[in-house]
This record gives sequence, structure tokens and C-alpha cells, in this order.
Amino acid sequence: MTDMFPQQIDVALSVNGEAVEARVPAGRHLIDFLRLDLGLTGAHAGCEHGVCGACTVRVDGRSVRGCLMLAAQAHGAEVWTVEGLSETGEIADLQEAFVARNALQCGFCTPGMLVAAQELVASAPAPTREQIRERLSGNYCRCTGYEAIIDAVEAVAQARAGGAAR
Amino acid sequence: MPEDFAPGPAPTRFGSNSGQPMTRRDGVAKVTGAAAFAADARPEGLLHAVVATSTVARGRVGVLDVAAALAHPGVLDVMTPTNRPALAADPDDKPHRFSFRFEALQDDRVRYAGQPIALVTAETPEAAAEGARLLAPRYEAEAPRLGFEGGVAYAPETVGIGSPPQFSRGDVEAGLATAARRIEAHYETPAQYHNAMEPHAVVAQWDGDRLILDLPHQAPVLGRAMFAAFFGAPPENVLIRTPFIGGGFGSKALVTGAHVLAVLAARKLGRPVKLALRRDQMFGPVGHRGATRQTLRLGIDAQGRLTALEHRSDGMTSSFDEFVEPAANASKNLYAAPAIAVSHGGVRADIGTPMAMRAPGEASGSAALECAVDEAALAAGLDPLAFRLLNYAETDPASGLPFSSKALRACYADGAGRFGWAGRPLEPRRMRDAQGRLLGWGIGTAQFPATMFAAQARATIRADGGAALEIAGVDMGQGAWTALAQIAADGVGLDAGRIELRSGSSDLPDGGIAGGSGHTATAGSALHAAGGDALAKLFEIAAADPASPLFGADNAGFVARDGRLRRRDDDSRSESYGEILARAGLSEVVGSGAASRPPSVAEACAMFAHGAVFAEVAVDPDLCQIRVTRMVGAFAAGRIVNPLLARSQLEGGMIWGLSFALHEEAEHDRVSGRVINADLAGYHVPSHADIPALDVLLVDEADAQVNPLGVKGVGELGITGAAGAIANAIWHATGVRARRFPIRIEALMG
Repeated sequence: MTDMFPQQIDVALSVNGEAVEARVPAGRHLIDFLRLDLGLTGAHAGCEHGVCGACTVRVDGRSVRGCLMLAAQAHGAEVWTVEGLSETGEIADLQEAFVARNALQCGFCTPGMLVAAQELVASAPAPTREQIRERLSGNYCRCTGYEAIIDAVEAVAQARAGGAAR
Repeated sequence: MPEDFAPGPAPTRFGSNSGQPMTRRDGVAKVTGAAAFAADARPEGLLHAVVATSTVARGRVGVLDVAAALAHPGVLDVMTPTNRPALAADPDDKPHRFSFRFEALQDDRVRYAGQPIALVTAETPEAAAEGARLLAPRYEAEAPRLGFEGGVAYAPETVGIGSPPQFSRGDVEAGLATAARRIEAHYETPAQYHNAMEPHAVVAQWDGDRLILDLPHQAPVLGRAMFAAFFGAPPENVLIRTPFIGGGFGSKALVTGAHVLAVLAARKLGRPVKLALRRDQMFGPVGHRGATRQTLRLGIDAQGRLTALEHRSDGMTSSFDEFVEPAANASKNLYAAPAIAVSHGGVRADIGTPMAMRAPGEASGSAALECAVDEAALAAGLDPLAFRLLNYAETDPASGLPFSSKALRACYADGAGRFGWAGRPLEPRRMRDAQGRLLGWGIGTAQFPATMFAAQARATIRADGGAALEIAGVDMGQGAWTALAQIAADGVGLDAGRIELRSGSSDLPDGGIAGGSGHTATAGSALHAAGGDALAKLFEIAAADPASPLFGADNAGFVARDGRLRRRDDDSRSESYGEILARAGLSEVVGSGAASRPPSVAEACAMFAHGAVFAEVAVDPDLCQIRVTRMVGAFAAGRIVNPLLARSQLEGGMIWGLSFALHEEAEHDRVSGRVINADLAGYHVPSHADIPALDVLLVDEADAQVNPLGVKGVGELGITGAAGAIANAIWHATGVRARRFPIRIEALMG
């Protein structure tokens, strides 16, 4: 039965703007591929079934759970992690606001939270605090810094909306 | 990104580091993904291990299909009780009070579901996981003893870690007999699991007879000694690196079986081994908050003054070890009852051993006590805040000693003012929101002991005028690496930006345990003392040097500020650290410091942090759905080293209190003994949408006795009071007293 399926799969994708080719175990999850094969330490495995959001990365423009997607499924995809989004400066204002407001404590959830927050702020120009709560509810913070996270995301959304209006 | 982020307008500094809302020193590393957690380590030749865990709660492991596991491509080793290499110490020994028994394949017994029963090591994590699955264990299962009814009741000799199980002062029965009114109420709290975001992980490497562990650990030097004991190594041959912990909450202060087995596998196979527990494997072998059943009896006189307070708590523990939630102790030190009796019982069951979990004892006990006090206030016909003020303890009810400081009145006043408590109707079901939901307001008092452990530190002032401070401290998210740097910088008279704080590694001076809300006070005091020692040595050099402006200033003494020593009686005469060292031909001066609380202090006063938590809930009158709509907490915890970080700790605590009140409960299957909601979908921790607007007020409190820094600690204080405040608000909204936590819809349905 298992002989019908290849144990190893060749994938070619773009990660943080760079072309990557690799041969991966067929069962390897995207989060493990990013962490083990590529050494990217930002996205973390927390619950391994798509609930906690610590493994959130961007795949083809959308937030994805790295623990629910196989590396093989990312063949041909464009993947961005917090490392890449840091380098391009795309989330610099969110990062600055998170640090300034202490919207992180142990920091294990933070990279995934930032990817999800960037998707929210980019898609909803002026979210209310309730909308932010709703949209970020797939990203857990156990420490728990929810109030400061809402403050940080709201401030960035307002600043970006203000900047756009000018 | 800029190196330093300014949080709004620059605060006035007055030359001090402590007290300032500095942003986290690890902030940039954490928002960019660069911060290294244990599971990020990828040494050359890394192997991956998966622990197989029992699916029954009691019995023996009968058959494991080791051959099938070994036949799977990539699997290198299967460790079982029959081939497990010897350990130098027995995992079932308890050499000291911080030792807890664990399972490292010492036999084939199963004592709870989720216990390690084999370890599979492979070239890839996928192969190791498949190998573990192929073991297909079969058991000689016995019926598990579960719950308070199925467990075995006994009288524990200690509760928590080494606390006496009973206490009494005054005559409770007489106090109850003379009371105008008596209240008796029973409360239940469930098993809760820490569920830090970061699963317990280890990367173990042997370099000859040296063992290097990347391991999240809340007490790295203690942990080093424990690993050294199990592997027969001198402690200096073991290194635990724990620069960042992805949340601990008490569950990462242990040595666990899976970690020990991973170390054995690394030695056996001669390659580094990584093991990370799956989320479901964190429901058993890494501790939890044990379930309790509590009974409170209160007597009040005609005016509403307490005449007696009795608190009994029975706590679940495992069949093979002991940690009984010291819940009833929450009633010892808070309200001014002339007669107080607390007692604990234990119940043994086939579960993993409970462990300290954020505010162990205090959280469960406070939830019950604050509800009972609310019931007493109602019986007295008093506003719940007025009742608490009437029974305010001016001295410690347990010992009669004065409090080192207690700004609880200010907490009540500030919190009530911010919340808008005045005018609250005494009766329930009197308030509605715009959507027609029943609104209720509740209050709970927060109290947590101001603990200190023992710590040591080293300070090195360098020729460049900067300093390195060293301590095996632990940043598990609370911000120790930042707050300790602030204290350390004050200790060496430098700006925090001029010091390097080396922490989070077991080869540094012992910083004690990050727990009990005592880490900042303990490690901070040691760092401050080390800095003072280094400065004293520097001053001695300068005072003996005729070329120094400080020559002959021995009797005058010195102050240190901005990297200069100044004569205490004439601060125009000063010299920089660098100049003093350069002329002496020294590259550095090293000082050491230690901290612990002298027994004389503990004998002289009672030391606690306090607070008042106010909560509003909205309850749907038809569906009984409960939402917390806002919370205000006002806290007094001595000197606040960093208000930005302290506020986060207190908000986090209040959210844990909300979670205690409404969300968290691990449920055991009655037949198998397994936790049936052993994942983050079924075990409810709060998400953003569960959490309302939170307001934390920091109340000024100076304390010259608790320790020279005046620091009490804020990590656990926020949980206490919060669960009770929410339960009391639910009563105020609905008129229903829910006495079983978590409070769910069904508790409110007629």
C-alpha cells in the first residue's frame, strides 16, 4: 500500500523572496520544513492542529497554519515568514508597536500573531477593537498580553489609515 | 528598525533605571523571530525522538511491537524498560523537596494515561512518530481510580511544597456558635493544565562526558544538579541553556521522563537528539493544577464582622507522589477573623502528579474564599466592598504580626473609583445593558505572598566603564532579562544601556528559581549586591590612590552615578570607573553578591502583595451565555521595577483568573482515565474574543522591610481575586450562586 506513494517529494518554492528547492519527506509539514530544513526560527509549532496560531505564515498572500499544510503542498507557492517580512520592512510599524506596548511576553506566539495582524490591517483599513479581537482570535497568547496586542494593532491600523489619508 | 523604541513621551528618569517603563531588551529578537527557543537548536547530525505514551491509566505495558518500529525506514532505536540504559539515580527517589517522581522506563508499570512507555529515535521526526505509532502497545489494564469518589482519601503530611496541611488560631467552633449568621458553602475547582505556548522540548548533546542541553527550565542551576545526578556526572559537566522560555507557569521547573530518555538516546547513539512533547503529551507528565473540593464556614456578628473563618480543601494528587493544592491557605492572611482554621486532605488517583501552576493554592483557594465572603456580605446585608473593608486585617490574622506594607485600602478605593462601583444595587438582577442582557458587578480581593528564595550574582566593571552582570536568571516571558537589567544597572551606577546582563545559562551564578513571584526580588537583590561589591572594591582602589580625586575618602564614603564614583559629602570630587581602573593597571574589578531573606525579617512581619479586582459580566437571560465585559484591577506590590512589564504580568494574571472562572477544565474519561480534551481545541484557554477591556492600576506602595529593593512580585497576584470577582458578578447578574468552576451555561439554567 505505502509503496504506491513516494516517501520523498521534490519541491520548488519561494521562501521570503528566495527560490528554494528541496527533497522532503512526504509527510513533512510546512512548519517543520521551514524550521528544520531552512532553519527559520520565527514560526513555532504550538498545538500541531491548527488552533493556536503560533505557526502562522503567509502562503500565496494568505495566512496559513504551517502545521496544517504539508511542505509538498507548498510546491510552486510563495511563502513569507516573519523573518522575510522583517527584512522587507513590511511589518516594521507593527513590530515597533508590539515592542513599545509590550504586546509580547514569552514571544512564542509573536511571529504568528504579527503575520495574522498584518493580514488584518492590510485588508481592513480601520478595524474596530472588536473586529481586531475577532480576527486575531485564531492566535493564542497564553501569557497573556491580549489587551496590549489589541492596543498595538489598533494604533498601527490608525496610523496607516491616517498616513493614507494624507 | 531602531534599536530602542520609545513608549510615548520619554519618562522623567531622575538618574534611575528601576521604575522606568523600559521596553523589553529581548523585544526586537522576539518580533523578528530571532529569539532562540530550545527547539530551534539544530546541531550537526541531529536525530529526532518521539516518546510513546500510555493510553490506559493503570496497569502494565504488555506487548510493544518493537520489531515493527525498528523496521520502519529511518528508525534507529527503540528504548523500552527491557533495554533502557542504567541511570545513576532512581526516578522514583525523592532526595529533596523539589524532587518529583517521573517515568523513565524504570519498569513496565503504568500509573497514569499519557505516561512515557517507550522512546523511538529516528533520522527524521516523521519517522520517529511513525515508529512510535507502530509500537501498537497492548496493556494489562486495571480499572483506574479516578475522581474524588473513585480515588483514595488520605491525610497528607505536607501540601504544596513542604507546607503544613493545617493551621488554626482562635476557637472556630466558639466563633461559629456565637455568630449572628453562619454561611457554609462548598466549591469545586477542576484539573487545569499549564499549556504554555511552547511545548516542552529538549535538544541533548554529549561532548565526551559533557552534556549540553537546550532546555526551557525555570531553575537552570537546580536543573543542572538534577540531570547531573541522573547521569552520574559532576554538575559542572552539565550545561543547561535556557535563554528564552515560551511560557512556563510552573511546568518547566521539573526534570521529566521524556527529557531524561532523550539524553540517554543521545548518549547511546552518539548523536544529538531533539525531543518535543506533542500538545496532548503535556496533559500528564509535566504537572497540572490539581482539582479541589473546598468547604468554607464563616460566622458573622450582627454588624457583619467575621467571628470565625474555616476553610477545608481536599485536593487530588497522584497514586505515586504528592502535590496537594494548598488552597485553604488562601484564608489565613486576608480577612480579620478572630478565629481561623484551615485544613487540607488528599485524594490519590491514577493521574499524573499535580504541580505548582501559576498561583498554586492561591488561585483555587481565592476563588472559593472570595465567593464565600460575597455570600457572607449578602447575609450581612452589606455591599461586598463595604463588607471587605469592615473585615480589613490591619495585622496578619494568622500570625498577629504587622504587614511589612499593605496598601489594600488604596487598591479598593482606586479600583472602585475607576470601575464606578458606587451605586451598585445590593440585590441581583437589577441591571441590564442596551441589548437586554443581565449585568452584574463583582469584586474579589487579590493577595499573594512576597516570596524570596536564594540567589547569587557576579558583577564585573570593565576598563571601558561598562559592566557585565551575571546570573542564571530566567526570562520565561515575564521580562526578567529587562527588569533584572534595570536593577543591576542601578546596582553598578550605570545606565541600563551600558551593562551587559548574562543570564539564562546554568554555568552562571545560581539565580534560584523563576517562580513564586520571587524572581525579581531574589535575583534582583543578588545582582544589586554584586554591583555594590564591585563598586566598593573600585572605591577602595581609588581612595588609596594619591592621584585620585577620591584619595583619602574612605570615611566619607561614595555614591555611584553615571559611571563615576563621587564622594558622598562632595559630589564635585569624582572619577570615572575607567579612569580608576586604568591608573591601577587593571582591566576589570569583579564583585559578587548574594540574596535571601534573613529569618529575622520573616519573624518580624508578614509580607504580601495585594489588590482589588472588579468585574462586570453580561448574561443572556434566555441562553445564559456569560460574557465578561470589563475588568479593573488595582494592585499594590511594593516597588514596581518596570510598570510596562508589571502591567502586562497583572493583565495576564487577570486573564488567567477569567479563564479559571469560565474556561479551563481537563476532563478525564471515566473508563480509560485519559484526558479527553487533551488539546487546545477541547481544553479552552481564552482567545482574543473572550477577553474584554482590561484596566490595571498600579498603586504606590513603599516597603522598606520586604527586601532592600522593596520589590514584592507581580507574576501571580493578578489571578487571585479575579476568578471570585467574576463568579460574584455572575451572581449579581443572575441571582445564581455557581460554586463549581469553570462556571458554564448549564450552571445558570434553572
